[in-house]
This record gives sequence, structure tokens and C-alpha cells, in this order.
Amino acid sequence: MYQYTDFDKQFVKLRAQQFRDQLERWERGELTDEQLLPLRLQNGWYIQRYAPMARIAVPYGEISSTQLRTLARIAREFDKPAPELLAHAQATQDALQDAQPGATLPAPPLRYGYGHFTTRTNCQFNWIPLSRAADVMDLLASVGMHGIQTSGNDIRNITCDALEGIAADSIVDCRPFAEITRQWSSLHPEFSYLPRKFKIAFNGAEEDRAAIGWYDIGLQARRADDGSVGFTMKVGGGMGRTPIIGSVVREFLPWDQLLNYIEAVVRTYNSYGRRDNKWKARIKILVKSEGQKFIDAVEKEYKAIVELDGAPHTITQAELDRVSSHFVLPELKAANLPSKVSPQGQLYQRWLQQNVRGHKLPGMRTVTLSFKRPGFNTGDADADTLNALAQLAEQFSAAEARLTHEQNLLLPWVHESDLPALYEAARALGLAQPNIGLLTDMIICPGGDFCSLANARSLHIGAAITERYQDLDELFDLGPIDLHMSGCINSCGHHHSGHIGILGVDKDGKEWYQITLGGSDGTDLSGPAIGGKVVGPSFTAAEVPDVIEALLGTFRELRRPGELFIDALRRIGHDPFKQAANSMRRPKADEATLTEHD
Amino acid sequence: MKIIAYSAVPESANAPKALQVSNDTELATLVASGALDGVQRVELHFPKFTDGRAYSQALLLRRRYRFAGDIRATGDVLIDQLVHMHRSGFTSAMLAEGVDAAAAERQFARFAAFYQGDVHEPRPLFAREAARDAAREAALEAA
Repeated sequence: MYQYTDFDKQFVKLRAQQFRDQLERWERGELTDEQLLPLRLQNGWYIQRYAPMARIAVPYGEISSTQLRTLARIAREFDKPAPELLAHAQATQDALQDAQPGATLPAPPLRYGYGHFTTRTNCQFNWIPLSRAADVMDLLASVGMHGIQTSGNDIRNITCDALEGIAADSIVDCRPFAEITRQWSSLHPEFSYLPRKFKIAFNGAEEDRAAIGWYDIGLQARRADDGSVGFTMKVGGGMGRTPIIGSVVREFLPWDQLLNYIEAVVRTYNSYGRRDNKWKARIKILVKSEGQKFIDAVEKEYKAIVELDGAPHTITQAELDRVSSHFVLPELKAANLPSKVSPQGQLYQRWLQQNVRGHKLPGMRTVTLSFKRPGFNTGDADADTLNALAQLAEQFSAAEARLTHEQNLLLPWVHESDLPALYEAARALGLAQPNIGLLTDMIICPGGDFCSLANARSLHIGAAITERYQDLDELFDLGPIDLHMSGCINSCGHHHSGHIGILGVDKDGKEWYQITLGGSDGTDLSGPAIGGKVVGPSFTAAEVPDVIEALLGTFRELRRPGELFIDALRRIGHDPFKQAANSMRRPKADEATLTEHD
Repeated sequence: MKIIAYSAVPESANAPKALQVSNDTELATLVASGALDGVQRVELHFPKFTDGRAYSQALLLRRRYRFAGDIRATGDVLIDQLVHMHRSGFTSAMLAEGVDAAAAERQFARFAAFYQGDVHEPRPLFAREAARDAAREAALEAA
């Protein structure tokens, strides 16, 4: 992972100092809430339903054991609501539950003391009081961590494929390019008050595992016939109310022009993006409405940057080499720990099949630890687990781990010979479910239990589906399925890109769920990125698990031998699936009441 | 950067020739029209402090159109954005009502350097460091 220079370390510390000063001025009344808002967002601090939420950046998902221990300390010492706040929050959630009579699912109690892994490889905490925010940022800065631009209308933290640089199908290791772009975008004087957030993703492998079609800027690394490196650049993808896949603006942008071209795109967006309507302010709307005119404007701006401004941010070979050299290949020692795992055991074999992948280096493997387990919310790790992960990474993966887009944690440097012992250790921690890529490996946002934007809760639906699909034979029979769920149209749970998508909506204070089919994030399995299509009117929470079961039942009935869910859906069309889903509607509560009184 | 309190006395009759430019003005057209000729100060307006269009305008005026006069930020100008304004090419700022000018000055002391280039130092950090290293090597060789 990237080793910070003295400048980088100092920069993060100064940023924490600056934020402390801003918070103090706010406490003294020198800054209004409205004036503080973008400043705290640009440091990753939201105010949520009951408490602030801190979003900590984990660039490219890469995290060290030392950093994991710091997150553990934050989970234990800081992620704690005052008893009265927790009681109030739980009572409010209970009232929400009571307002959905006969239409909902059992709701797990609100939890605290957890770090939550997100689809953009951040780690979020839900209960830290704002009065302790500055201390948390200082603590994070002591291990090179921060929340810089994890929120706000700026260039957000940059993401990559979790297997960047280690994948068997790697073309180019994009991490140095992502880091160069991260540095360029950090505290950018011109681009800190954009019309809306701006997200950039890189993918350096043959397969798109970074969902780049869904990004404001998506960059796919390419190698030309002469060996030179460049990027296919897509602009204007995004989810939300208007799901759009990015348009290709450059088939092959030479790598040294990366910052110059991004500057042209962001300046065009800053100047012409809509600011009158929050829902129409993302660059995707500008690209969609202007089409070729937008691309022409960007090209014109790029030409001016190169010809008139002297292209000062052209990346030099020396800089690429310098940053690349900071992604130090760690010393790869095998743990050689004894193991009692039977190599032929079915569970172990299933784990090898689902959770272990090939590696660029011979004899090495990547292992995904599953954070999709009964009794826990998707992507949640408490202090004990975070500490155990730190130790596991030290023992088996050169003290490094990676957060993944799918809200799991991956160990990037595992010796093949260590797999049985690692399996045993992961199993003891409850992190060895062999469900990676399967139905229960769901992407789920925190939803209406925590988020102030949410229209409906998501965690209780995740819990119900997890519980219903515990039979591994059944899960393996169903095969790979992307189930994504968001508690509102902001789409943090990427429901648009799920083979099955679930979207929470609110109607008159009641929670409803829209189901979509056929979405794709852009992986080989799912095909080119596309948004799913709605099956019909929305369902109650209570109906959702039945709808999922009906969809899967239809799949099992109609599939050809060996056919995958997404392939069957595309071959057959959505109609029989829609019918099955719609047949799961229960009589509405008021209708049922009428019938009783009749 | 000249920071002017909201309560400051307005400039007298021999004030410089100023041009007020809204943040949706097309600069290329404005420059081509000759509207900047003889102008000593361009005032770029922030209708809300979260509307960042004027940062791009200031940067382009300086870097691309070589405007050498004063560029002033007006409107909803707060202190936590002043460093960004300075780096984008603003040379003066008229603070919004109620903003303490003394607190504003302090914001410039915090960061000694930034990663990306700006109007004062167009080179990004890596180019500055490479140039510094090259100069050091040359000095060593000369010695």
C-alpha cells in the first residue's frame, strides 16, 4: 500500500488542525451551521438521523493493521451514543416499526461500536458526537488517515478495483495514477465548490470490477500495441434519480495527460453544471442534455490548457516512478501455521471456490473475508473484529488488507500454503461464510436506521434475506446473484446495478420497496453496465423476502442446466419474473380489516 | 490578499475603473469584446459562498487572459474560502456582513504548500520538488 511521505503526513495533520479550528469557531458562534456545513462535509462529517456520521477515507481500500487497530479504538472509545440519545433513537425507530402494522419485518435493535465498510471503500461511524470529532481526526491523522473530501460538492475520494495491481488479469496497476489524482484533487482551490459531488474511479484489469460506467469519471486502463499506457475515459455516469451510464469522451488518453484532461472536464462542469436544482446538478445531467456539445467544450478547454496554459500538471515519468515506488511490495512471508482443516471438506472447498481468487504473483492468493453474516449488518465490524482483522492481516497478509466495493475485506497477500490455517482463523471469527458473489453477499446501505436521507429502512430486509438463505446447498444451486439495496433514491446501496435491486420509498410515512431486475455494475458476470427495470408497484417490507423467493423460484423453474440468474433473466425476459413477484402481494392491511368487519 | 471588512468606508471618487462580472459570464466572449480594456479591477460575485463558478473565472482571467489588475471577490465572502480565492487569483476580498477581518488573516498561515499548482505557483508539488532536487544536484556538481 501507499507509504506516506513526510509532506503527506504533515498535510493530513494540518487538515485535522484546520478542522479543529473550524469546529471551535462554530462552537463560539463565529460560524453558522450553514457556514460550517460544507467544511465539515469536506472532512467527512454528516449530521444524520440521530447523531453525526464520520466517513473515513481508505484510499483504494488499502488499510494496514495499525490503521485497523486505530479504527477499532474509535469504534470502542468514540462510537458510543449517550444513553438518553440511544433510548430516544430506539424509541423513534420502534414507533416507525409500529407505524407499519402487519407490513414489516422484525427490526434488529440499533447498534453502536461498529465501523461500517461502504461501497466506496470508506469506513463510517454512526454515533461519534461532534464534540469529539476533532479528537477523532487527530487520532486518525496519527496513522495517516483522514476524511478529506469523503463528502461535499467536491472531487470525492478516488476508488479502484480491490484487486488493483494484484489481479491475475491486471493490465496496469492504477493505484499510482489514482494517488496522483488524489493528491491533485486534495484541497483543490478551484474545484472545492462544484455544483455537486464528483466521483472518479479507476480500473486497471481486463474485467471492470470498479463499476466505472457508473461514475462521474470512469477510467479504464489500456495498453496500446506499442506498450504505452493510456485510459479510456467515460464521463457522466451516475445513479440517483436519473441512472445514466457514462459516455466515452476519449478512447485512449495518454497517461501523462490524465490531470490535464480531468481538469478540462471538471472546469467545464464547474462553469456550466446546473446549480438551481440539486437533483439535476450532477455532471451526468449536463452530459445528457448537451451531448456532443459538452464533449466539444471539454476538448476545447483541454486544448487551451495544453496550448495556452502550458499544461503544468502533465505527469512526468519521474513522478509516476516516484509514486509507484511508494506502493511498496511488502515482504511476503508465509505464516506456516498448523491447521486441522480437512482439505477435502465440503465447506473448505466451497470457501476456496467462492472466497479465494488467483493472484498476479505465483503461489499467492487473495482471500475475501465475508462481512455478510447472520446477526450483523452488512459490512459492519466491531472493535474486537477490527482488532482481530489487524492480527489476521499481520499473520497472513503482510499486515495489509483491502476494503472492497462489495463491503467485504480482502487479504491481498496470502500464500497458497497458508489457506487452510487462514480458513480456520477466519472461521473462528465468523468471517469464512463461503458466500462471496452469491445471493447473501448483498450490498446494503445503512438506510432508515441511521441515514437522514433514507425513505425506508434497509437493514431489517437484509437480515430477513440473510436468515432465509442460510442453506449453502441452496445458495450454491442459485449461483452468483448481485442483490443490491438502497434505502432511498440516492442509491448508496447501488440498487440500480443489482441483478435484483431493492429501493426503499416512502408513502405517507409508510415504508415501501420497489424491486428492479436486470441491472449490472459492469463485471464480466453481469455484462455492460446498465440500470435495472422496475417490476411493478412497490411492496411492503414483509412482502420483499417472498418476492425474492418467487423470483428465484421462477429462475429455478425456467433455467437451462448451468445457466446463471442474470443470463436466464436476459434470455427469458422479465415477464414471468414480474408475474411471480406480483403474485406475492398480500391483501393491504386496510382491505384485510374491511374484510374482517364485513 | 487585501481583505476588506464589510463596514469599510467605500472608496472615494478616484477609485480604480472596475468591472462587475457575474459568475455565468462567458469570459472568452467578454475578453474578445474588449470589455476588459483599461479595467483596473474585476469584481467577481459570489451569490452564495457554495457557488464556486467564480474560482474558475478568476483562474482563467489570471492564467489564460493575463489580466494583471485587481480581482476582487464580492458577495457571500467568508473566511474559510479565502485561501482558495487567493490561490485562484483573487487579490482582494470584500467580506460579507458580520465576518471578522482579523480572523480572516489567520487562515493564510496554516498550510505551507499544496499538492496542485495555482496561479502563484503553476507547478504541482512534484514538479517543484523535482526542480529543487535538480538544483541541489547541480550545486553539488558545481562544488
